[in-house]
Amino acid sequence: MSDPHKFLEIRHAQKAYGQLEVLKDISMTVDRGEIVAIIGPSGSGKSTLLRAINDLDPLTSGEVILDGVQVNKDLPHRQYEKHINQMRQQVGMVFQHFNLFPHLSVRDNVTLAPKMLKGISDAEADKLAEQQLAHVGMSERIDYYPSQLSGGQKQRVAIARALAMNPKLMLFDEATSALDPELVEDVNLVMKRLAEEDMTMVIVTHEMDFAASVCDRVLFMDGGVVVEEGPPDVIFKNPTQERTRAFLSKHLSNVQK
Amino acid sequence: MGLDFSVVPGFLDTILLGGLWTIAVTVASALLSFFGGILLAVIALYAPLVIRLPFRFFAWLFMGTPLLLQLFLIYFGLVELGIDLPAFVAGVIGLGLHFAVYSSELIQTAIVAVDKGQMEAARTLGLSRGQSLRRIVIPQAVRDVIPPIGNNMIALLKDSALVSVIGVSELTLSSQLAIGRTYRPFEFYATAAVRYYFINLGMEAVLRRIERKTALSR
Ligand SMILES: Nc1ncnc2c1ncn2[C@@H]1O[C@H](COP(=O)(O)OP(=O)(O)OP(=O)(O)O)[C@@H](O)[C@H]1O
Ligand SMILES: [Mg+2]
Repeated sequence: MSDPHKFLEIRHAQKAYGQLEVLKDISMTVDRGEIVAIIGPSGSGKSTLLRAINDLDPLTSGEVILDGVQVNKDLPHRQYEKHINQMRQQVGMVFQHFNLFPHLSVRDNVTLAPKMLKGISDAEADKLAEQQLAHVGMSERIDYYPSQLSGGQKQRVAIARALAMNPKLMLFDEATSALDPELVEDVNLVMKRLAEEDMTMVIVTHEMDFAASVCDRVLFMDGGVVVEEGPPDVIFKNPTQERTRAFLSKHLSNVQK
Repeated sequence: MGLDFSVVPGFLDTILLGGLWTIAVTVASALLSFFGGILLAVIALYAPLVIRLPFRFFAWLFMGTPLLLQLFLIYFGLVELGIDLPAFVAGVIGLGLHFAVYSSELIQTAIVAVDKGQMEAARTLGLSRGQSLRRIVIPQAVRDVIPPIGNNMIALLKDSALVSVIGVSELTLSSQLAIGRTYRPFEFYATAAVRYYFINLGMEAVLRRIERKTALSR
């Protein structure tokens, strides 16, 4: 269980929508504290793979194992629901479009799940909200509603909401690609800070600079397979696969080249 | 003979009491229709077929037949089955269920229209499907149907006059009683109309308040 390697392990992940094979036998591991970027063209299956990790998009076949426990266990419906809710509490997820709860204040967005699932008191919840929001630089907005926030602020609240459950793994699906360029950096800073705190993270991103500066390892996906993976230096500067090179030539900024 | 409104103040008690009964019937039926509407919507969307079907039949019954007939059935008809409800209760049940069916249609549509990302975000945090519906999806759906449900509630206020036929001495029936004694139908029906109008204004004010309060939460 405490093996820092294979903290997250995906074995032979396959996913099909009817005839369309979206994931074709993908296996990968993530170490504890490691930060892995998944890059690749649109439609290559990045989101599908990420969402399979907390079983939001169940795999057709294959296994997801987190800290020694299989996430997508084969259980009778009721037991499975209990099990998966338990597993999901340990995995934070951040979406491209934030998905904040618009009918709840920033404070309640952050504390709803801990209150409901961990039974913490109102006082503890307030403290938790203050802590988590301070962490993402959103303390002054604690009593605002999501509709009163900018995109970058919404995304930072969404990160605080996920962190409030004290997850051992964080998943990011293009967390900054719906943001105005000038707001991207605020969110990136929060993610960098998490990286420094040794959070284990899997990050789907189109921002190559960010991947290069923050991640320990980069996976390049295309057509439902992992074409190539390695440290950012190798993937971005000396990729071995032609498909990787072709993709990067279109997506690397001048700084990187 | 001309109009003579000076007879009206003599029936102040009757008039006030009638107005209060109308408000009581309307508020009680509105609450029943609101919570009943949510419950019916959840059943229609998520319950297994064996439960859903009888409820579908029930909805059809309440939408496809006159409210007047439903009130007769509940007040007079149920007596034969040994269920003898006070007129007020029978009236509230009839009005409440009738409008619950209409509200449920609105709420169903609104539940389906809530962004899928809301359920996903809630499930991702570890909430169960039921918890996510209760705390995330349904509150947003309800918020979205406040304006049309408000219109339904105004219709409910007007239809509350129908419970006069089963003997609830609300606004309309109490006016009729006063008319029986004075033979002044115009004066008392006009007074009744004015009272409905003011209750209506009150309801609209409450609705606008609710809408203002929920404006931030979209
Ligand atoms: N619910 C679904 N039903 C059918 N096909 C789907 C569904 N979800 C995704 N797909 C298909 O699966 C493929 C992979 O989708 P996915 O969202 O994982 O790609 P992605 O790499 O995240 O792309 P992007 O960079 O555009 O987000 C696409 O061809 C997509 O059309
Ligand atoms: Mg995607």
